[in-house]
Amino acid sequence: MATRAHAMGEPRDGGTRALALEYTHAEDRTRILGFWIFLATDMILFGCLFATYLVLRTHMDGGPTPATLFDMKGFGAETLALLTSSFTGGLATLSMRDGRQKSVAFWMSVTIVLGLTFLGIEASEFAHDAFIGAVWQRSAFLSSFFTLVGTHGCHVTFGVLWMLVTLYQVLRRGLTPRTARKVFVVNLYWHFLDVVWIFIFTVVYLTGMVM
Amino acid sequence: MSVPDMRHGRDGGGRRQYVTGYVLSLVLTAIAFVLVAFHVLPVPLLLVLLMALAAVQVLVQLFLFMHVTEGDGSRVKGLAMGLGLFFTLAIALGSIWIMTFNSQVQ
Repeated sequence: MATRAHAMGEPRDGGTRALALEYTHAEDRTRILGFWIFLATDMILFGCLFATYLVLRTHMDGGPTPATLFDMKGFGAETLALLTSSFTGGLATLSMRDGRQKSVAFWMSVTIVLGLTFLGIEASEFAHDAFIGAVWQRSAFLSSFFTLVGTHGCHVTFGVLWMLVTLYQVLRRGLTPRTARKVFVVNLYWHFLDVVWIFIFTVVYLTGMVM
Repeated sequence: MSVPDMRHGRDGGGRRQYVTGYVLSLVLTAIAFVLVAFHVLPVPLLLVLLMALAAVQVLVQLFLFMHVTEGDGSRVKGLAMGLGLFFTLAIALGSIWIMTFNSQVQ
């Protein structure tokens, strides 16, 4: 076993301690590293959308202004849902490391429900904006606003689907090094989306309320 | 580089780390909300404070939730994240800076 583990590129002390499940195979460790590099590139994508928003923010063309458009209760609830989902996603990772499959499934389900709650509030916010004529063709401010916040919303939608698929695999195959790695990576993605939201919340919503 | 041991959460240390992270993120968000709701500070100072709070939130997510220090190739990871951050800041802050010249060319 030790020889086989070493052949797979295990650290030399691999035999003396049990590694966290998602790090047991060299391939899974490399995939986790690769995912971090993906997150760095995704960060640049959002950096460009933030820059666009910051430049076009004041170009309202006589249309709706951030202060009239943004509703503190709405984006406050979105923030609470996403912060809490980041925490419950973390608890899924923690349960995975403890090898508790049911607990992983439970916390991932809670995370999915919170993600859907976030999306529901965001969708109703966008629908309300459209209802009062604040559509993205209206002004450069609104174009950049919907592009930035909508891209994040698309990421969250994809994250929910991804988490559903991972949940299905955990229930079907149990906690193997491979499914453990998938649980770990999908939660990394989820925490990253929370980080992006913190900046949307700060740079778009809170700043929009005071300027 | 460090690869975590199995069952690090069994002693409750892991759980405590997540609960701490969650409480911190709620408190930081609440402070940001209160600062904006009461809006007593001058705007430039307020914006600096809000950005500082967001930066601390990121550190909470990275270190308490995302286990950023774990895993293989921490140098590669650090380089990738550092470059990503550099490009992001260069694009965002550079755009703000260059737009301050807007009034001079119009």
